Amino acid sequence: MQVPAQVEYEKATSVEHAISLLARYGSAARVLAGGHSLIPMMKLRLAQPEVLIDINGITDLCYVNLTGAELRIGTLTRHVQLLESQIAGEHFAILHDAERVIADPIVRNWGTVGGSLCQADPSEDLSAAFAAMKSTMVIQGPDGRREVSAREFHTGPYETVVGPAELLTEITLPIRPGGGSGYQKVARRTGDWPVGAAGAAVWLTGDTIADAGIGLTAVGATHFAAAEAEEYLRGRTATEETLARAGEIAAENCRPVTDQRGPADYKRHLACELTTRALRLAVARAHGQAA
Amino acid sequence: MKVTVTVNGAEYVRDVEPRLLLIHLLRDELGLTGSHWGCDTSNCGACVVWLDETPVKSCTVLAVMADGRHVMTVEGLGSGTSLDPVQLGFAQCHGLQCGFCTPGMMLTARWLLNRNRDPSAAEVREAISGQICRCTGYENIVRAVLWAAKNGGTE
Repeated sequence: MQVPAQVEYEKATSVEHAISLLARYGSAARVLAGGHSLIPMMKLRLAQPEVLIDINGITDLCYVNLTGAELRIGTLTRHVQLLESQIAGEHFAILHDAERVIADPIVRNWGTVGGSLCQADPSEDLSAAFAAMKSTMVIQGPDGRREVSAREFHTGPYETVVGPAELLTEITLPIRPGGGSGYQKVARRTGDWPVGAAGAAVWLTGDTIADAGIGLTAVGATHFAAAEAEEYLRGRTATEETLARAGEIAAENCRPVTDQRGPADYKRHLACELTTRALRLAVARAHGQAA
Repeated sequence: MKVTVTVNGAEYVRDVEPRLLLIHLLRDELGLTGSHWGCDTSNCGACVVWLDETPVKSCTVLAVMADGRHVMTVEGLGSGTSLDPVQLGFAQCHGLQCGFCTPGMMLTARWLLNRNRDPSAAEVREAISGQICRCTGYENIVRAVLWAAKNGGTE
């Protein structure tokens, strides 16, 4: 029987209340959203917070909406809500691709977008998807709000720039013309973490790649991104050869490690192949040739 | 701390430790042993109950998180002497062998059928993909849910 250690519990009723509680308890506290990463870690005593700040009552943070040319996602949004959001799927197919393969339907009912990002597991799917989309993370703290690029959000495995008295409140994704995106994942079985996964976004002018975003997870990519492959793609024509070469560059620049999910060379192979497939899908979608 | 939880329509007030898991509140404090406690790692789905409108894995939810919310367990399926079509389907199609996964499977099936009156076999498989039948009796579980869809569908 796995039981968490004794812990105090506070229920936050608003973002301001959560921040004041976090400021009061400091690093002894952990934010409790869906709890689907934190509670298992507490059972294994890998995490032993003294206080849990439960933010599940802050329903103001559950939304997916369009404001101007931006998609905004509140961080308490459950995975199922993002998966079922029509506007998210319409503008960012990558989010639906990724959500469809995150955990299983029951876990997606309660796990949250913000919780997944702040857990910062090096195999997290949404971290790669948001890195590919060049998203912005909105963080609130006692001194107000600040914005951080998705690619500056993670400082290492299980570590982010969110301070002890801060809360990740929103993710924003810019909607740009000529865009298409997709996500490709290989896992050992349904619901598992990826052996490797890649997300890709392209913004086309005709057949020319004006800009590209590539996110990689579980393969040791710096900031969950493949910056060298993006740089290679910029300004080139979106041919099959170009996309395949970008996959090779992405694979050359990541650092997968051998673990129970697979050997490093297989993961590197996946980084190449899945990057190419995700790019192919993104280009087809940008042309309106794929659902 | 004090929690007030409505389970299968009845309100319960209990004084619990914040670390108590919802599955243990249901089984040990309220005596509702229909929900099973399996892997403890949110993989197997034996502990699935509804929290408000959706099924969740109750070994990964703290009892205090259910404060002020509605929970439905397998004991809340059907009413009095009449069985839910999902329960009838499991009986008709031999949808259970040892029965350990059955409560969770039926609660997920009810949720699926409320959202989708006529699911395909693939949609049933997707819905229960986070739940493990240790007897590997998936074929008949899928048949049972499809039977329920055909013979009674939604509640």
